[in-house]
Amino acid sequence: MKYEAVIGLEVHTELRTATKIFCSCKTSFGAEPNTNVCPVCLGLPGVLPVLNKKVLEFAVRTGLALNCEISRFSKFDRKNYYYPDLPKNFQTSQYDLPICEHGHLDIEVDGKKSTIRITRAHMEEDAGKLVHHGTSITDSDYSLVDYNRTGTPLLEIVSEPDIRSAKEAVAYMEKLRAILQYCGVSDCKMEEGSLRCDANISVRPVGQKELGTKTEIKNINSFRGVERAIEYEAMRQAQLLEDGGTVVQETRTWDEKEGVTKSMRKKEEANDYRYFPEPDLVPFTVSDEYIEEIRRTLPELPDARKARYMAEYGLDAYNADYLTNDKDRADYFEAMVAAGADPKDAANWLMGDFAKLLSRDGLEMKDAPVKAADMADLLKLITKGTISGKIAKQVFSEMWTSGKTPETIVKEKGLVQISDTGALEELADRIIAANPQSVADFKAGKKKAVGFLMGQIMKETKGKANPQIVNGILTKKLSEQ
Amino acid sequence: MALLSRLAFGPEELEEMKASMNSILTYMDELNQYDTEKVEPMVHAVEQYNVMRDDVPHTSFTNEEALLNAPEKENGYFKVPKII
Ligand SMILES: [Zn+2]
Repeated sequence: MKYEAVIGLEVHTELRTATKIFCSCKTSFGAEPNTNVCPVCLGLPGVLPVLNKKVLEFAVRTGLALNCEISRFSKFDRKNYYYPDLPKNFQTSQYDLPICEHGHLDIEVDGKKSTIRITRAHMEEDAGKLVHHGTSITDSDYSLVDYNRTGTPLLEIVSEPDIRSAKEAVAYMEKLRAILQYCGVSDCKMEEGSLRCDANISVRPVGQKELGTKTEIKNINSFRGVERAIEYEAMRQAQLLEDGGTVVQETRTWDEKEGVTKSMRKKEEANDYRYFPEPDLVPFTVSDEYIEEIRRTLPELPDARKARYMAEYGLDAYNADYLTNDKDRADYFEAMVAAGADPKDAANWLMGDFAKLLSRDGLEMKDAPVKAADMADLLKLITKGTISGKIAKQVFSEMWTSGKTPETIVKEKGLVQISDTGALEELADRIIAANPQSVADFKAGKKKAVGFLMGQIMKETKGKANPQIVNGILTKKLSEQ
Repeated sequence: MALLSRLAFGPEELEEMKASMNSILTYMDELNQYDTEKVEPMVHAVEQYNVMRDDVPHTSFTNEEALLNAPEKENGYFKVPKII
């Protein structure tokens, strides 16, 4: 039987505020343990939490970017559960009156467009971090707790089960990350935990309307992990059903190393969160003026930018998608174009050599050692015929390591392309005379001979000969032989 | 209920808790008699909205202060019994 996966994602994103959601402790990453804590975030008795204005603003901004309705009246609730990373034994979250509801975002996978509905997005506080003593979570006899992260503002964004494949899930995550980045509300680093994803997955025979039993997959912490974990889990469930078994509703954890999901807890005993309104925080209202004020400051979002790249620069959907999926990348591209680079050339370079060196050095776009203006100058040197495309790759690699401008490198290394027809003809005569076999091959109809002779000329000129001119000269001279 | 609250009771205490829980439930029944169909749910006891603060950092505890009440500590961390 053929099965299809039905997937819904719960994404937690850390909001990039200076302070925590309910107290004035800093949110900085990597501080000494238990130094960004205070009576409020440690849950000491008698304290009064107060909502950070910026958190509300970021939540509304994100909600608008995700096409959500913004609640005019909203409140916080206590979600009760016991785990030592939660000093208060409850998490302050939003239950029945979340700040954002009924949104959607659009994705495209292999040319197929889909709209993924967003159920809700709500504000809540992050928990602390457990450091396990011993080699793993199971063989430690005690744990150490760092509460620095406790109270860091989170936005939990919940999708409807509209996702049908691992690829779509990745596309959804990428689009969501791009939107959050464009809005400037989060760093969205999955590896550092500022973007986290839990996946609800079930499978059903193709054509069936009713949903199958779902499992929840936790501990996915990379984009690659999203794809692999969902692929694995959907396959596991389909296999189970195929073999006449049943799927058990449970929470499973993704084991990145082994590439499998594992059961975490079957017994959902005492898993009742007993939500109730948070009495220490008064509710809040959001006015139309406030919403409109934030809407006015929304940047051009990824979809709009992609459409503009296609219309304005004539890029195809694939290239436009690649560039606009990362705000820093799109900004860099535009800076190159503004500095005079041809848009299509700029896109090709960013997707090719530039991306290669970024990934080789493990760098983010914003840490690239080459300035956009220098990149544009490099492309202009090619267009003008000063250097060949091949030499440009060499110059680029030199720019990357030395930070010098392309002009300086070309001058210093004497890489200017030889387009002097007289000099190239002389050289071609010499090479042809030295390779009678190639001439014979050419006459016998082997066009490859031109390539061989071209290679010889390039070797002599250290790649600086203008390939178009050389090609013309060789073809002409060989035919005259 | 005891499991949910992570509390342990002796047999006598359990009797006492039962009595007091029952009286709470009886009171709830009494409340349930009233028609609240047309009453707006109250989300907060105080008629006040939008108490918020600016996103400006203030001094936090030092590590020593933070761990002052901790029954057990190690290397600047709170030390807790094994979970799971
Ligand atoms: Zn604090």
